[in-house]
Amino acid sequence: MLKIDNISKTFNPGTINQKVALSNLSLQLEEGDFVTVIGSNGAGKSTMLNAISGSWFVDEGKIFVDDIDVTLMSEYQRARYIGRVFQDPLMGTAADMWIEENLALASRRGKSRGLRVGISRKEREIYYEKLKALNLGLEERLTTKVGLLSGGQRQALTLLMATIQKPKLLLLDEHTAALDPSTAKKVLDLTDQLVNENNLTTLMITHNMQDAIDHGNRLIMMNDGIIILDVRGEEKASLTKEYLIKKFNELSNGTLDNDALLLSK
Amino acid sequence: MITFSNLIYRLPGGVAQGLIWGIMALGIYITFRVLNVSDLTVDGSFTTGGAVTIMCILAGVNPILALLISFIVGILTGIATGLIHTKLKIPAILAGILVQFGLYSINLHIMNMSANVSANPDRFNLLISMRNVPNAILIGIIISIVHIIVLYWYFGTEQGSAIRATGNNSNMALAQGINIGNMKVIGFGIGNGIVALAGGLMGQYQGFADINMGRGAIVIGLAAIIIGEVVINFIFKKGCSFYTRLTSVIIGGIIYYAAMVIILWLRIDSNDLKLFTAIIVTIFLAIPNLKVKKGGK
Ligand SMILES: Nc1ncnc2c1ncn2[C@@H]1O[C@H](COP(=O)(O)OP(=O)(O)OP(=O)(O)O)[C@@H](O)[C@H]1O
Ligand SMILES: [Mg+2]
Repeated sequence: MLKIDNISKTFNPGTINQKVALSNLSLQLEEGDFVTVIGSNGAGKSTMLNAISGSWFVDEGKIFVDDIDVTLMSEYQRARYIGRVFQDPLMGTAADMWIEENLALASRRGKSRGLRVGISRKEREIYYEKLKALNLGLEERLTTKVGLLSGGQRQALTLLMATIQKPKLLLLDEHTAALDPSTAKKVLDLTDQLVNENNLTTLMITHNMQDAIDHGNRLIMMNDGIIILDVRGEEKASLTKEYLIKKFNELSNGTLDNDALLLSK
Repeated sequence: MITFSNLIYRLPGGVAQGLIWGIMALGIYITFRVLNVSDLTVDGSFTTGGAVTIMCILAGVNPILALLISFIVGILTGIATGLIHTKLKIPAILAGILVQFGLYSINLHIMNMSANVSANPDRFNLLISMRNVPNAILIGIIISIVHIIVLYWYFGTEQGSAIRATGNNSNMALAQGINIGNMKVIGFGIGNGIVALAGGLMGQYQGFADINMGRGAIVIGLAAIIIGEVVINFIFKKGCSFYTRLTSVIIGGIIYYAAMVIILWLRIDSNDLKLFTAIIVTIFLAIPNLKVKKGGK
């Protein structure tokens, strides 16, 4: 479903701030894979997701989504295939627009937008039902401005928006990091629910190793712009935090202490 | 002479002109409030509209058709700014200044290289004229209503919503697959189309187009928008519909111009008007920012 083939990205090349953020990275995801991504600060996790979603072009290598070569597609064109939720709850929604307007915009992701009416009555009913399933009471507030919602409510809404029109790929970049622990858990549960219901191929970055172990069917660890560990299936299910920390120190030559990796715990 | 009857005599004309500035401010509203950018093309495109309309009328074109032609030419000026901004990655303000600057020459060419062209209402068929103020007010209101209805409809469509999202949160718009560059170009286009149409109305109203008629249009437009918002916030404590917001812009234009008539009536030197306007607009633009500071953030 996703094939990253030997991509590299260097920021500010040829300057004193030159930074190799990804070096010859390859990764292949099968349909329905739910992959959690861990790694220390600056490992290149966000850079990998940004490369896939097209914030800029990679220096080398190719990226395929469902066999479609997206390497040279602009960000808005790739959005047709990709749903995204960001770390910052303010980033994924339009604050001055209503809940239903945000959902209507998301329902048309990747489609041409003409002079048809922005939201039909039938859509409103669908949004009502979908919001009801979130259990946050948002279904009664379809014409509330999103800016009035809490961070957790906004992240839940952004998740719904990212999946309301089934994406080929769902990218989550620390989407619970800005939330308090109990809200973070709710949003993570909702993530599982939506991913399972729709059998979504998903990449989820997290700084919480327990979450990385508990969710998804595959885990990758990044360091210095490359993938240093890739576990799946049975082996993934039996992972422990201690083992991951040990492994990390081994594979990264122990350059970082445990806290750097754990960060949120 | 400062007499009350003198003021009463002058106010209707102020209302008529205020309506025209209000319509122009609707165009500025699209860039300033919907797209969230400051578009300085308008000082040029307003004049372009006036020039195109008067030249068309001199050539015997129907005055309504002349306005539509101005609208289309205005769209082109906005598209120019939009493309310079989005394709050449030049900041929107600078792109607008560049186009406005260049339009000066183009406007002169449109007017056959004269700084002023007039269409005498005795000889030409005009839609509105200061000779008949009640009629001008009526036509101004009708054109305002048409604009408000069309804009309300448009910003409720898929494309209009996409433009609003682009202005509100371009990051979200991108993630939803919206071509934000195109949306900006369309927004600049429509905004300047309306500004040029208003320029055409002003040209007909005063019976001439002048190379400097658009000078300060951006500030007058901002003043109208802000005055309208103050009125709205005063009347509707809990927010209001998009219809009301658009209407408030027109009302803001009328209040602005009526205030100017009163100031002139008070014999304040008209050369100081621009300074007054600039100070008032600065204060009102600053108020929301100062409030935020007080709130601790
Ligand atoms: N747009 C950019 N311009 C310059 N340097 C960048 C840019 N984006 C990322 N980098 C650099 O690339 C490296 C990888 O950053 P990245 O954001 O991918 O890390 P990360 O693994 O997501 O870390 P974190 O856990 O802190 O989010 C860092 O050194 C970062 O400073
Ligand atoms: Mg990151």
